[in-house]
Amino acid sequence: MDIRSVIIAAIEAVASEQSKPLKPLDDDLVLLESGLDSLCFAILVTRLEDEVGFDPFTLSDDVYFPVTLGDFIRFYDDAARTQAAPTLAA
Amino acid sequence: MQPEPKPLRRWLLEAGSRPERYLHAPGLSLRLDELRDTTRLAALRGALAGRSVLIRTETQLAAALALVELDGLARRVVLAPPDLKTSDLPAIMAGAEIDAVLADGDHPCFDGDILLAVPGPAAPLRVGGEVRDTEWVLLTSGTTGTPKMVVHSRAGLVGAIDPAASPPVWGTFYDIRRYGGLQILLRALLGGGSLVLSQAGEAPADHLARLAAAGVTHLSGTPSHWRRVLMLPEASLISPRVVRLSGEIADQAVLDSLKRAYPEAAIGHAYASTEAGVGFEVTDGLEGFPACFLDRDRGVEMKVEEGSLRIRSTRTASRYVGDGAAPLTDTDGFVDTDDLVERRGDRLYFVGRRSGIINVGGLKVHPEEVEGVINRHAGVRMSLVKARANPITGAIVVADVVPEEPFPAESAATSQAALKAEILDLCRATLPPHKVPVLVRFAESLAVTPAGKLARHHA
Repeated sequence: MDIRSVIIAAIEAVASEQSKPLKPLDDDLVLLESGLDSLCFAILVTRLEDEVGFDPFTLSDDVYFPVTLGDFIRFYDDAARTQAAPTLAA
Repeated sequence: MQPEPKPLRRWLLEAGSRPERYLHAPGLSLRLDELRDTTRLAALRGALAGRSVLIRTETQLAAALALVELDGLARRVVLAPPDLKTSDLPAIMAGAEIDAVLADGDHPCFDGDILLAVPGPAAPLRVGGEVRDTEWVLLTSGTTGTPKMVVHSRAGLVGAIDPAASPPVWGTFYDIRRYGGLQILLRALLGGGSLVLSQAGEAPADHLARLAAAGVTHLSGTPSHWRRVLMLPEASLISPRVVRLSGEIADQAVLDSLKRAYPEAAIGHAYASTEAGVGFEVTDGLEGFPACFLDRDRGVEMKVEEGSLRIRSTRTASRYVGDGAAPLTDTDGFVDTDDLVERRGDRLYFVGRRSGIINVGGLKVHPEEVEGVINRHAGVRMSLVKARANPITGAIVVADVVPEEPFPAESAATSQAALKAEILDLCRATLPPHKVPVLVRFAESLAVTPAGKLARHHA
C-alpha cells in the first residue's frame, strides 16, 4: 500500500475510534478543520510511526508543521524517500 | 530593577491617561482608562475591604476587572481557575478562610456568612483607597484531589517585569487565572501595553484573527498551543515581534518551526511554575538551557539535586495555605520543581516529571490512574503506563502490560489482539480520551525497584 492509502486508512480509523465525524479527505483540507483535534493527530502520528516505521517530525532536520492534508502526505512521502535512499544507494 | 510593589490601580493611575490601551475580549474591548477611573462594586467596596475574597468569574475579562478592584483592598484574593470543580469549593473556601466571593453569571449558593459580590455597571470612582499589601493565591492543577493553594506576594509576582519596556500588544493562549497568563496580565497593566485575552471555547482561528486585528506584538503559550497555531493557515495573519513558550518542555522541532514561521521574531522559551515563579528565559533558539545558568546570580539561584531542578528567588511563592499544607520550600528556601533535568555536555535538558505525571498537550495524566483501570482487567497481572514523546502534544500515553497467563503458543497473535482490544475498551469506557493509552505492548515482566515499586522511566 502506498503512503497516501496508509495515512487515509489511519485517519479514518482514528476518527471512528474517537467518534469524530470527518470531512471529505481532499488535499486542500486544513487538518485541524477535518474533524480531528490535536489529540487525534498525536494518536495518528504514533500509529503511523508503528506502521511505516518512522516519524517524520523527529526524523527530519527540516521540520515544519503540516497545515493541509496534502502537506501531511507530502511530509511522510518525503521522509519515506529519505529513509529509502541509503538502501537504494547500497 | 524591581518594580515597586504598589497595587494595580496605582500603576494605572500613575501611568496617566492612555486612551490607546485596551483589554480585548471576544466582542468587547475595554479601555484601561475606564478600568482605572471606575468601579463595578460601588458600595460593596467598603464591605469587601480587608476580606479574603474568592474570584470566581465566568470570563477572564471579569477576573481581570476583579483583580484591579480588589488588589490593595482585600486582605487576600484567591483566583479560581475556569476548571475548578464545585465539589472542591468547600475545601478551598475553608483552607483560604474565604469570607467573600466575587462572582458573575451563574454561581452556586454560598453559606449565609459569606459576602457575595456580583459586579454591576461601571460607576465613577473618585478615591481608590487601595492600601493593603494584598496576598494573591493561585491554584495548581498538579496533584490529584483538591488543588493546592499557592500564596504569592504582589512584589514577587511582578518581580520579573520591566515596566519601562516599550508598550507592546500582549497576547496569550493561557488563561489569566493561571500563573503563566497572570504574568502576561500584569505585564500589560504595569508596562503600558494592551492585552488580547483568550476565551474558552473560541476557535483557535478566530482567536488568531482577533490577535491579528489588535496588532499583537508579544505572544505567549505552551509548545502545544504553538504547535496548534502552526497547523492553521491563520498563523500567517500575525507577525509577533516576541514569541514565548513556557509551561511544557519546548523541543527543537517547535522552536525551529516557529523560527521559520516568524523569522523576524525573537523566540524564547521560559521556565516558570506556579510554585517557583519566573525562573529564566532561554533565547538562543536551542532546547534545554546552558549549564552556566546554574552559576549565575541574577536574583534567581538554581541547583540540581537528586535529578530535579531547585529554585530560590524572591519570585517564588511564599507558602501553601489550607489544611495539612506541606512546606513549599526546603529549609534553605529552595523550591523543588519536581522537573527532572539531565546534563549533556554544557547544556541541561528537561526529561520529565519526578512524579511521572504525563503532560498530553497541557492535560495532566497520572500514570497510576490509568494503570488502575488496566489492572482491573482479569487478564492483566500488572501494567506500567508511561509517556512517549509526540510531536503534536509533546507526549502521549503508552502502556506495557504483563498478562496474567502467558499467551498460548498456537494462537499468540489473536489472543494478544483480543486482550489489547478489551483493555482499550475498558480504558475508553472509564477514562477521558487523553488518558487512554495510544499503544499497548505486552511484556513478560516489569522492572521493580528494591522498595517494591514499579520502576518508572522519565525519558
